[in-house]
Amino acid sequence: MQELKARALELLKNGTVQRVLGWRIGENTYDPEPAFFDSEEAMKDFVYNNFCAANLSKYMIEACKLEGKTLVCLKPCDSYSFNQLLSEHRIDREKAYIIGVGCKGKLSIEKVSQAGVKGILSVTDTDPLQVTTLYGDTTVAYKDAMLSRCHVCKGKDHVVYDELIGESEDTVDADRFAEVAAIEAMSPEEKFAFFQAELSKCIRCNACRNVCPACSCRKCVFDSNKFDSTQKANVDSFEEKMFHIIRAFHVAGRCTDCGECSRVCPQGIPLHLFNRKFIKDINNLYGEYQAGADVEAKGPLTSFTTEDAEPSVVSQGGIR
Amino acid sequence: MQRIGVFVCHCGSNIAATVDVHKVVELARLEPGVVHAEDYQYMCSEAGQAKIGAAIKEHQLTGLVVCSCSPRMHEATFRKCAQKYGLNPYMVEIANIREHCSWIHKDMQEATEKAVILARAAIAKVNLNTPLQAGESRVTKRALVIGGGIAGIQTALDIADAGYEVDIVEKTPSIGGRMSQLDKTFPTLDCSACILTPKMVDAAGHEKIKIYTYSEVEKVSGFVGDFTVDIRKKARSVDADKCTGCGVCQEKCPSKKTLSEFNRGLGTRSAIYTPFAQAIPNVPVIDRDACIKFKTGKCGVCEKVCQAGAINYAQQDEIITEKYGAIVVATGFDTIKLDKYDEYAYSQSKDVITSLELERVMNAAGPTKGHLERLSDGKAPKEIVFIQCVGSRCSDDRGKPYCSKICCMYTAKHAMLIRDKYPDVNVTVFYIDVRTPGKNFDEFYRRAVEEYGVNYIKGQVGKVAPQPDGSLLVQGVDLLDNKQIKMKADMVVLATAIEPNQGVRNIATMLTASIDTNNFLTEAHPKLRPVESPTAGVFLSGVCQGPKDIPETVSQAGAAAVKVIGLLAKDKLTTNPCTAKADELLCNGCSNCAKVCPYGAITYETCLVNDHGIREERRIAKVNNALCQGCGACTVTCPSGAMDLQGFSNKQLLAEVDAICR
Amino acid sequence: MSVNEEFRPKIVAFCCNWCSYAGADLAGSSRLAYPADVKIIRVPCSCRVNPMFILRAFEKGADGVILCGCHPGDCHYSTGNYYARRRMTLLFSMLDFMGVENGRTRVEWVSAAEGVKFSTVMNDFVEKIRSLGENVRLGDLRCKN
Repeated sequence: MQELKARALELLKNGTVQRVLGWRIGENTYDPEPAFFDSEEAMKDFVYNNFCAANLSKYMIEACKLEGKTLVCLKPCDSYSFNQLLSEHRIDREKAYIIGVGCKGKLSIEKVSQAGVKGILSVTDTDPLQVTTLYGDTTVAYKDAMLSRCHVCKGKDHVVYDELIGESEDTVDADRFAEVAAIEAMSPEEKFAFFQAELSKCIRCNACRNVCPACSCRKCVFDSNKFDSTQKANVDSFEEKMFHIIRAFHVAGRCTDCGECSRVCPQGIPLHLFNRKFIKDINNLYGEYQAGADVEAKGPLTSFTTEDAEPSVVSQGGIR
Repeated sequence: MQRIGVFVCHCGSNIAATVDVHKVVELARLEPGVVHAEDYQYMCSEAGQAKIGAAIKEHQLTGLVVCSCSPRMHEATFRKCAQKYGLNPYMVEIANIREHCSWIHKDMQEATEKAVILARAAIAKVNLNTPLQAGESRVTKRALVIGGGIAGIQTALDIADAGYEVDIVEKTPSIGGRMSQLDKTFPTLDCSACILTPKMVDAAGHEKIKIYTYSEVEKVSGFVGDFTVDIRKKARSVDADKCTGCGVCQEKCPSKKTLSEFNRGLGTRSAIYTPFAQAIPNVPVIDRDACIKFKTGKCGVCEKVCQAGAINYAQQDEIITEKYGAIVVATGFDTIKLDKYDEYAYSQSKDVITSLELERVMNAAGPTKGHLERLSDGKAPKEIVFIQCVGSRCSDDRGKPYCSKICCMYTAKHAMLIRDKYPDVNVTVFYIDVRTPGKNFDEFYRRAVEEYGVNYIKGQVGKVAPQPDGSLLVQGVDLLDNKQIKMKADMVVLATAIEPNQGVRNIATMLTASIDTNNFLTEAHPKLRPVESPTAGVFLSGVCQGPKDIPETVSQAGAAAVKVIGLLAKDKLTTNPCTAKADELLCNGCSNCAKVCPYGAITYETCLVNDHGIREERRIAKVNNALCQGCGACTVTCPSGAMDLQGFSNKQLLAEVDAICR
Repeated sequence: MSVNEEFRPKIVAFCCNWCSYAGADLAGSSRLAYPADVKIIRVPCSCRVNPMFILRAFEKGADGVILCGCHPGDCHYSTGNYYARRRMTLLFSMLDFMGVENGRTRVEWVSAAEGVKFSTVMNDFVEKIRSLGENVRLGDLRCKN
């Protein structure tokens, strides 16, 4: 962290960059938040610890409109989102100075709670986590406090960067598509019951949309009058029911599976399942595709082959 | 709010016998926006149209719904009618209550209910219609033909004969193309040069045709009727205006070891050369890679011997920028490389040759002066084996999946010519199928078998092995007799698959013309628009579209010319107003729409946008209305809904959905 | 429960202008009947059909949605139906994933010459939807628990 901070400060001071996009220390170790730093003074609050899970790539859309370069700290998985935004001309490579930061898997305070720890007062980001609670001190194994997405990590290589700082550690210990496959194996009634229960929790806070680097439209279709889909007051409206399906479809082939949607959902809806189902189908039907891996690649929904599967594969047993 | 008139047609009894038209009128009247509804026996008749006209005037209608037969039948009629009475033609929608209703349903109540719903959907749509104007664009009355083979020459001649200017761009030093390399042509066996060279001369002498040889298309911009093209005229190092074509320079040139492209590498040529004697223009080119003067600075023989003073070592490439209304691609073909077919020993033995090489061998101007001889030792062959489908109809990635189409016929031609001239030579042909559709084609093949005694064996050759005695051991199967065959041959000729010329993909990209996985250019419709590219103003001539023989190429070349003439004959082009349009406040500039556009109609511009007080420069999609055909692929790719299709907008289609599901 | 004879499903059929709509016209002029439950919406190309249109139809009470286009390779716009094919495959798979009966959505390629096929397809589709009954699942993914 110190090396990263020192280097960021150096680049800021020597004028290479005008500002730094990183994380600001919160009240606790576990709640750092994305922030811009434009002075040495501001940089005092700069932090990079194992709780810095937020994907900063989307902030580059606004940063690219500002004067000069922005130093952005990207974790390996964030670099895919950055590339995807680059391929869609939403950001300008020339305006970014990318420090690829190491990642040992990111922690989540919710996971610590879920591990059965109550009354948390403070927590370290070490392995294991040292937790001070109202009821005394305890520890939680690092793996148990890690975000689910890190267990199915895409890999610790940055696909785009100017320089690399910090070590990474492999964190994969689960099959990325196991959750999706488990649902696919359910009966239609079970599937429906599962999603009805999950989606009924949605409060339409738009956190998933706001955090998603693929959901980067200037104006969301749900906020424009282009589809008559903005009827917030009416609970029976189109968007309430179909929002998540449409959102997932809009990012299909563009979603890098960064997992931010599920991380930020205050209701704990596993929203990444929609995206990952699309990714699984795309991989099965049209060949392995990782959005953001290659800036020049044509996405699976903007390309085709004449031998593509017919939609009837779905009714003939589905895509597994 | 629209003021909509609904007109329900009886179509005699075609509709009225099954649909209660009065009920439709009655219920349509209740729909939002409808201020008038009536029915009539034949709405399309003059009297019916007059009723519509009168209603437009009387009720100040802003939109029409005609409940009648299919829009494919009379949409144009009612649009014209609307226009005649002062209404924008795109304010008309048709509810198809005949083909989609009265003709397929027997129960009157059921059919009437459905007719009402279809009318409702059309009314809901018209409520959201906006007047659309067909645009106009100008036409530059000049055509560009890329490629100077028989396809390009024929297209250019036909266009020029109709009185329009045509430029031919040919990348080699001479026009003539593949056909100039052929010896004889099937099925009449007349000599290729005898029928080709007069056409080359015609093209060169035509006052409307300009030929740029040793030139390539470098850049294309614009669209149908108004293309701007940069042509790179490569430096010939010879001043074409001074050169008399005497040929002395070629004779005296000391660098004579370069393999002749024209003779398929079977002979050599000098560094300063014309590809063949009848080349047009008859102006040589200095191959700078082979020229001693260019390589070492010493030599200059050609300059010394040229009495016309035409040699110019300092000549530079020249870029010519020209405007065209239409572009014809006639880039032709080449044979595939055989490096993946080691079993035929092509690279190991000089006596294994391709059919195109055999053309040169049999040609009087070729490397053997037309004598059939083994290229290894010059001996006359006694046993020749032809192998068909080398790389054609191939299921693996070594060759091509398609049939090259010309091989069966030229192999029969070769076999027949050899048997005719050298009756003591045995000729065997291994084939998968013999495919000879075409006028006098099968008769031709049968003559080879029946009159000339060519031995056809159904089966593939597995291996050709050069023997120590210089012969070739051919191992194959006879599928009809179900037996293995091992035979000795003196020469083996491979009917090598053809593929589109190198560089056609680059040209297709410049033209935004679509191209298939085999590098053949895609036609606008495989059956009904075979000589047009889906990109408006781009036409296809010859093998660049798919394998063809000469008669087919010539007829397709003529067809392409007709399409070009039809385009150039117009002063202005009317564009379809049902095109895509991007809302600049919503557009992300993400480029996904351009990726799915089959017409290359979408480009991006950086524009200063005022988004509710926020002024900023944004990358925004712009649709070229002259190119957009209105398919709508872009609209679905656009996540923000910025891209919409006029005449079939998101809101209009959703309104129809809502009306039907109500 | 036996299939309700009285159940009349709402079925939306999106048909491309150049092939399938013409195929439907041919079914009409050939008097090849199919149930009146099917209502056709004309679109220029199957690639014009946004998944949102299909979801909207279901949300507004449709029991089945079918998309018809030119056969692959025959698209009037040369490539439109290839894009539609990918989009619909993924959309249908997602609906299936969420427990919506996969018989409610269908894509069929019907040429302008295939009046018989158009009629057969529609008869078959209506029968399928009648057997599935009223569409409830897409109607209440969120509100009723």
